[in-house]
Amino acid sequence: MSLLDCEDELLALGESIEIAHFLEATRRTIRGPYDLTLVEGSITTPHDAQRIRRVRSESRFLVTIGACATAGGIQALRNFGNVKEFASLVYARPDYIETLATSTAIADHVAVDFELHGCPINKRQLLDVISSFINGRSPQTPAHSVCVECKRRGTVCVMVAHGTPCLGPITHAGCGALCPSFARGCYGCYGPDEAPNVPSLMNAWAQLSTPPDAIKRVLRTFNVNAPAFRRAHSHEDDQS
Amino acid sequence: MKTIKVNYLARVEGEGALRIRFRGDQVRDVELRIFEPPRFFEAFLRGRHFAEAPDLTARICGICPVAYQMSACAAVEDALAIRVPDHISDLRRLIYCGEWIESHSLHMFMLHAPDFLGFDGALEMAKSHRDAVSRGLAIKRAGNELIRTLGGREVHPINVRVGGFYSLPAPAELRALIPNLTAARESAREALEWMSHFEFPEFERDYEFVALRGERNYPFIGKRLQSNKGLDIGANQYDEAFEERQVSHSNALQSVIKARDHYVCGPLARFNMNFDLLTKVASEAARGVGLAAPCRNPFRSILVRCIETIEALEQALTIIEYYDGKGAAHVEAKARAGTGYGLSEAPRGTLYHRYRIDEAGLIDDANIVPPTSQNQPSIEDDLREIAPRMLTLDHAEATRLAERAVRNYDPCISCATHFLKLTMERE
Repeated sequence: MSLLDCEDELLALGESIEIAHFLEATRRTIRGPYDLTLVEGSITTPHDAQRIRRVRSESRFLVTIGACATAGGIQALRNFGNVKEFASLVYARPDYIETLATSTAIADHVAVDFELHGCPINKRQLLDVISSFINGRSPQTPAHSVCVECKRRGTVCVMVAHGTPCLGPITHAGCGALCPSFARGCYGCYGPDEAPNVPSLMNAWAQLSTPPDAIKRVLRTFNVNAPAFRRAHSHEDDQS
Repeated sequence: MKTIKVNYLARVEGEGALRIRFRGDQVRDVELRIFEPPRFFEAFLRGRHFAEAPDLTARICGICPVAYQMSACAAVEDALAIRVPDHISDLRRLIYCGEWIESHSLHMFMLHAPDFLGFDGALEMAKSHRDAVSRGLAIKRAGNELIRTLGGREVHPINVRVGGFYSLPAPAELRALIPNLTAARESAREALEWMSHFEFPEFERDYEFVALRGERNYPFIGKRLQSNKGLDIGANQYDEAFEERQVSHSNALQSVIKARDHYVCGPLARFNMNFDLLTKVASEAARGVGLAAPCRNPFRSILVRCIETIEALEQALTIIEYYDGKGAAHVEAKARAGTGYGLSEAPRGTLYHRYRIDEAGLIDDANIVPPTSQNQPSIEDDLREIAPRMLTLDHAEATRLAERAVRNYDPCISCATHFLKLTMERE
């Protein structure tokens, strides 16, 4: 859907590539094989798990976009709860509901050529990824932390200067360090960066008198199942 | 038995299918199936802190996240007995205007207009109607700029919080948006004139229209829900008046009025219930194309969306004109036990949130009723009424007609927590 948000580039994009299957935008579909497949969403039903294998076999490059496709998304909260109980909380007839007990990343099921992180993804980065694969170069999406983006835009550190708990030091860059520029701590919607020291940052949060349950919750959002976050919040489960 | 089956609905957000079964020329049943996977937001919300509700529920929809944030804030603030000052309510209405502009123009120009002109989609339409598509994209961009300025980004804005905002924009930042918003308002008026020449199928039903009733303005966030058939309730009476039912063929729950049954929310309902509250610019635009309340033809909803786009642009310009940047960015929210109810008008219709919060500030029960689950029974009723016309058409044409009947409601299948695969069966 982020493609439909590219107001300035959408028409140009439609002219430079042939869109084969994008039902949200057009009913016209073209049979595979495909040069580039963009996949959003996670695997939560038995049908999804079968369908993604077929999609992979028809695609030269497969790129996953967004926290759902790259980490299982917020839906992966079920991985740490009881999906039957969840279904019965929401639906009067949970027996009508067909779902897997887990929500998992696409890369857990098939080989993925590139992952674009974020909830939501950054549309500039998406355009860069598409043009990279068309032109045979590497995408320009640095894997360092949000801190680097804050320094680059000259935002004063909200954690050091104002004592606002911030996930910036362990969160993957890409948003442009938005939250700190609005006087808010980063809440981790781009998931872990390339080398996150989660326990160290969580100690710093504790020193700012953040209660332990709040620290656990902040790692349990859109990237709850990303390995670096999972290790940190599940480790605390083991201790309790 | 003849069956019309549409396996995937094109140009609808989310995934679903439609099956219509006939006995002779009589429609036996209509099933709009929603098969986007079940999602468990209400379950995930249990045990979360109230302050997390706006950002967590925003993720239900990438097209109307602001609606989720606004209904969540309204419900949490109701539970915590917080009242926000006028400058905060005005800025909330302003960011909500941005979402109506962005969402309505996406639907009108990219998804709906191709139906009337016989194209597969906007990219195909752009080849011969480039000006119309570009105009639509420019209006959409103006809406998105508004959300970005106030919220940080278009999708899942980061600046909204319980009690208000993390930080307030400087007046100059908002004033900088005036030229594009003004140009978008003029473009929307031209687009309305253009769309008014589309061919609209003859189709009317005696719907019950449910919408928030505005106090001073055409409604975005509100307290009173009314209908043309006598419903008049506060948000805290919602659960008494409505019931969510589950059907075996769909992952979306379906909402009905307990006392009567199916109803319609969204642009048509808002227009019919609040026509007198439209700004002068919007009501003159409506009259200019011969449109006034009541409008009972859902195929004309594209015109109503355009009028609402003009309304949102006009309201936005007025809010910006009077904005002085003074006042606190937010009201502090302190935990206390209670239940809160929140109602707001998402682009697709009324969005209800209810939270029960404990003394530590954790949510122990949540209920969310999105617009598409409310409209789904009426969409099926429309399809039932229109189905006999499909019998004379070939499958491709029947599918197009069915999709149009569905698209009138701009259903966000993914937010109905979920489109068309048409099956027509004839005995």
